[in-house]
Amino acid sequence: MSPDNGTIWIIIAGLGLGTYLIRFSFLGLIGGRPLPEWLLRHLRYVAVGVLPALITPLVIWPNATGGQPEPSRLLAALAVLVVGVWWNNVIAAIAAGMLTLYGVQFIIGSM
Amino acid sequence: MSITHRTFWRGFLDCSPFILVVAPFGLLFGVAAGETGLDLIQTMSMTVLVIAGAAQFTALALLDDHTPTFIIILVSLAVNLRMAMYSAALVPHLGKASLRTRLLASYFMVDQTFAVSIRQYEHAPQWPIQEKLAYYFGAAASICPFWYGFSLLGALIGKAIPESYALDFAIPICFISLVAPMLRSLPHLAAALTSVTLALLLAWMPYNLWLLVAAVGAMMVGARTELWVKEH
Repeated sequence: MSPDNGTIWIIIAGLGLGTYLIRFSFLGLIGGRPLPEWLLRHLRYVAVGVLPALITPLVIWPNATGGQPEPSRLLAALAVLVVGVWWNNVIAAIAAGMLTLYGVQFIIGSM
Repeated sequence: MSITHRTFWRGFLDCSPFILVVAPFGLLFGVAAGETGLDLIQTMSMTVLVIAGAAQFTALALLDDHTPTFIIILVSLAVNLRMAMYSAALVPHLGKASLRTRLLASYFMVDQTFAVSIRQYEHAPQWPIQEKLAYYFGAAASICPFWYGFSLLGALIGKAIPESYALDFAIPICFISLVAPMLRSLPHLAAALTSVTLALLLAWMPYNLWLLVAAVGAMMVGARTELWVKEH
């Protein structure tokens, strides 16, 4: 089922405006006053706090399989993680994930 | 060629390696947006208005998951909060520019333009503001067109790709590839592990509220661990 058009437009507008205000915040309005150190210290971990939680259910219970864990997706996720941490290279990590995903699906399909 | 012209092209060149990162992400975003049910105009509106890959992917992932609109916007904006830090860090360098220039510079404030520019400003703090601005907009001019262009390409070719290619998994793959390089520091690793653990333990919570709780918990663990590392 696709989300309805109104919802999508509200999200696009809200996200566009909100993101712009975040970017403009200090440069535009607040000026040179520094942020308190405790806040900066927490802000450094926003991405690494949100993204892993967001990904975990998508990897373990993917929608496309009706919520059933599935080996090619689990192994592909692991491949991206290992290559990404080890080589510190985004492109190599994406390539490793895609190759694993299709490789394992091919092997399972031909069994 | 004037000095600012030359500096513009220097920013352009210094940022150009990131085209290799931005192009595949843009392509995957275009494809994933189509998978989620956005039409061409919606996909391009999001790409041009938001111009922040991770937040755009977050919104798609949550749309797929039937999350309330309010939570989708809140969580996607949380992913972009790091840009408040970028904005603050640019004040000493670009803060004296005209309002109109700062309005424009804010729009182009993405991970790559920020990273490349701030590195250059730290090498050459004595640069006059015109040169700093030229460098910044040069960096933006080199990668942003690729972000738009490859999103468009992805949206156009996405429909032609058969279901069996498991493109739903483009979203997790992109996210993991973004997060993995961060895990090389202990506080980031601790935060990521907390984030995953809380997501699994709290999956029962309604409206995807577990996502907010897991994110805040992980941020606190990251900040604590950072303090602990400094003391030891």
